[in-house]
Amino acid sequence: MSNYALTRRYFLGSTTLTFLFGGVTAAGARTISGQPPWTAFTANPPTPELGNGLLFFIPSEFNTVDAIVARLIPADELGPGAREAGCATFIDRQLAGSFGTFQRFYMQPPFANGTPQQGPQSANIPHVIYRTGLAALDAYCRATYAGKAFIALEAAQQDAVLQAMEKGQAKFEGAVPAQQFFAMLLQNTREGFFADPLYGGNRDMIGWKLVGFPGTRYDYRDHVSKHNQPYPLPPVSIFGRPDWQVKG
Amino acid sequence: MARKLPSKDVVIIGLGWTGAILANELADAGLDVVAIERGPWRDTAESFNVGYAPDELRFAIRLDLFLRPAQETLTFRNNLNQTALPIRQFGSFLPGDGVGGAGVHWNGQNWRYHPTDFRLRSHLTERYGAAAIPDDLTIQDWGVTYDELEPFFDRFEKIAGISGKAGNLKGAIQPGGNPFEGPRSDEYPLPPMQMTYAPTLFAEAARSVGYHPFPTPSANASAAYTNPLGLSMAPCTYCGFCERFGCANYSKASPQVNVLPVLMRKSNFEARTDCEVLKINLDGSGKRATGVTYVDTSGEEWEQPGDLVICCAFSLFNVRMLLLSGIGKPYDPATNEGVVGRNYSYQTNSSVQMFFDNKTFNPFIASGALGQSADDFNGDNFDHTGLGFIGGAGMNCVPTNGRPIQTRPVPPGTPNWGSAWKKATKESYSSAFSMTSQGSSYTTRGNYIDLDPTYKDRFGRPLMRMTFDFPDNDIRMSSYVNDKLLTIAKAMNPRQIVANKTGRPYSVVPYSSTHNVGGAIMGADPKTSVLNKYLQSWDVPNVFVMGASAYPQNAGYNPTGTVGALAYWAAHAIRTQYLKNPGPLVQA
Ligand SMILES: Cc1cc2nc3c(=O)[nH]c(=O)nc-3n(C[C@H](O)[C@H](O)[C@H](O)COP(=O)(O)OP(=O)(O)OC[C@H]3O[C@@H](n4cnc5c(N)ncnc54)[C@H](O)[C@@H]3O)c2cc1C
Repeated sequence: MSNYALTRRYFLGSTTLTFLFGGVTAAGARTISGQPPWTAFTANPPTPELGNGLLFFIPSEFNTVDAIVARLIPADELGPGAREAGCATFIDRQLAGSFGTFQRFYMQPPFANGTPQQGPQSANIPHVIYRTGLAALDAYCRATYAGKAFIALEAAQQDAVLQAMEKGQAKFEGAVPAQQFFAMLLQNTREGFFADPLYGGNRDMIGWKLVGFPGTRYDYRDHVSKHNQPYPLPPVSIFGRPDWQVKG
Repeated sequence: MARKLPSKDVVIIGLGWTGAILANELADAGLDVVAIERGPWRDTAESFNVGYAPDELRFAIRLDLFLRPAQETLTFRNNLNQTALPIRQFGSFLPGDGVGGAGVHWNGQNWRYHPTDFRLRSHLTERYGAAAIPDDLTIQDWGVTYDELEPFFDRFEKIAGISGKAGNLKGAIQPGGNPFEGPRSDEYPLPPMQMTYAPTLFAEAARSVGYHPFPTPSANASAAYTNPLGLSMAPCTYCGFCERFGCANYSKASPQVNVLPVLMRKSNFEARTDCEVLKINLDGSGKRATGVTYVDTSGEEWEQPGDLVICCAFSLFNVRMLLLSGIGKPYDPATNEGVVGRNYSYQTNSSVQMFFDNKTFNPFIASGALGQSADDFNGDNFDHTGLGFIGGAGMNCVPTNGRPIQTRPVPPGTPNWGSAWKKATKESYSSAFSMTSQGSSYTTRGNYIDLDPTYKDRFGRPLMRMTFDFPDNDIRMSSYVNDKLLTIAKAMNPRQIVANKTGRPYSVVPYSSTHNVGGAIMGADPKTSVLNKYLQSWDVPNVFVMGASAYPQNAGYNPTGTVGALAYWAAHAIRTQYLKNPGPLVQA
């Protein structure tokens, strides 16, 4: 049976080990014994993705994406849509982060086509899907609509293009099939419409107001047993609410 | 070359639910224990801050707390004729990573398996005759009985502060509880949670058609609670951010809340985080483990010797660890020989969705395990004569959340975008809900786990390969029980009912459950099991393997209540038998 004190001394006496195990930052191997480590304010808060400027798109790409999201979730009699919610900005910010390169996913070769049940097998990362997809979209529109780019089309024509992409009827040049691009656009637009405003979309909690989601209230004990009664309070986000901000 | 560290009495691989339990029990026995965890340290106050825990995009969509496939994944195929391909993005199941493991971001539906589940083949043979068991099923007994495990079920429920209502106290059926459950020695430590509207309607409807609903046993605390270790839980606030999230309220049972604050203060325990165990090392005889080799974040390898090695790496990764370490004979479906990887199974889920007019369910007022269940068609609670299948499913109405990126039901036929989609999304968000039939998953010769011949992890080691599809038996079972759910749905008189029945082939894409079981199963015979009834390796007796990998097949319940009971049962056997006389606890 080994000796605990000896183990401690071994660790403390070795510079290599102190380096490897002695750190208090969240990253890197560490050894913890004797008490639960807790250091105030060391947690990993989210980074607000607001502010101006583009992080991934060039302006023409941004404008096209903005026009697409405005068709996917349009402003209508039910209220503002994905454009007003800032979904194109949301997508720009997501592409600039770990999502943009599928950094968390297994992207080792060989890439092979499998069955649908085996899940996505494409080597295309979101950077490529958007950049190549947007270029192919404009080429497709120009070829189909007398030289006009997507943003120059009528709303009904834009819808027809998006439908053709969704159904796989539009043939795109390059390595990104129209259907793959469309699926990612739709997924990201919905994310941007309903994610916390922290990430640049869902401005003014437009998405949450549409469905009646109160956001991050985190305590509904008062209302649990009020069956079949609408929840009375407006939504809050991780930032709070606009009317909580001090003005002036 | 790995650098060698001083030896420990006990080396634990993984610090999730089972790792925390085993570490605490064995440290209490005075042993010098180290737990080696591949992911980061996580603590409620630091990591699940109430200010930003409710972030659906970060935690539920980008899966911030989960194992990242770039670090480790597996390959998948439906059957032996296909070539397995890597699961590049997790979908159908979502393994955990980091201190607390999947115990951080589980829902907390906490079940005991039924007494007949533990003697499945014997029980069915006694009741219906051997011929009633379909030939292609390789189901077997667990080698341990419900009665043996009962005190340990009770222990885990008290540690985890489970909210519920007993249905069977020492053989006496109790009103309000599950009349089908095995006899319990004691009530649940906490009363049931307050019910939301949807499960309340479900319970009324289920009763009206003759079934026996009861509050789903929940690891989300219905009231303030202090567990036997002296650790406190706060009442659940019904925030609707359970599954995929850490709980910032100390309300959902987890290693963080219910074990670690006590364990971490023990001077004879040490946690090493961000250190991934590569393999269990064996001596020249192959019959004794000498410790483990692990790699830290700088890429340096370490050898940690130990007298006892306990694999607590979650069921799938336990199986891979055994395969990579050469412990036990790998299973070969062609010859039907070998044991490691054999009898992998899952959970057979179907569901029924309902759309109402003029009802408001406030789906965001929820918790991961708040709901009502009925066990009338679970396991062998009903007569299977002439039905053409065995097994069953729990009928559950546990609406866990209304987080709008993921939970936005729309009636079938709704376009995917545009104003029509927007309108349907708005209308259905608060006026629809679902019920599920969570079914047993019975094993076949062709469903198993081995090592992939092509794809490698970041260290160049083979990924594990899963071969799985639903057996016909389970498809028939799931269809039958889902039809019973339909009768409950009709009694609620919704505008529209949509049945979603599980079919073949199984897909790794849509989320179903992280209830991966088997592959390192327990049993009475070393020819058909990897572990004896104390979860001890038949081949290498100083290795124990915790977790649902020990299940010979799955029942119609979430696994963790039984995982917890087995962990306490094994810890007890180690403390009272193994330490006195290290060696096999059961003679092969
Ligand atoms: C989204 C989700 C919802 C769930 N909901 C429920 C539910 O409602 N009810 C229920 O009963 N169950 C549920 N579960 C399942 C439950 O979480 C698991 O059954 C339980 O956590 C298993 O405990 P474990 O100790 O076996 O594994 P875990 O708790 O996952 O712990 C395993 C640990 O081992 C570590 N590890 C793995 N490999 C290595 C290695 N090579 N080196 C070092 N460390 C390693 C992992 O990082 C992890 O921390 C859910 C799971 C998920 C993911």
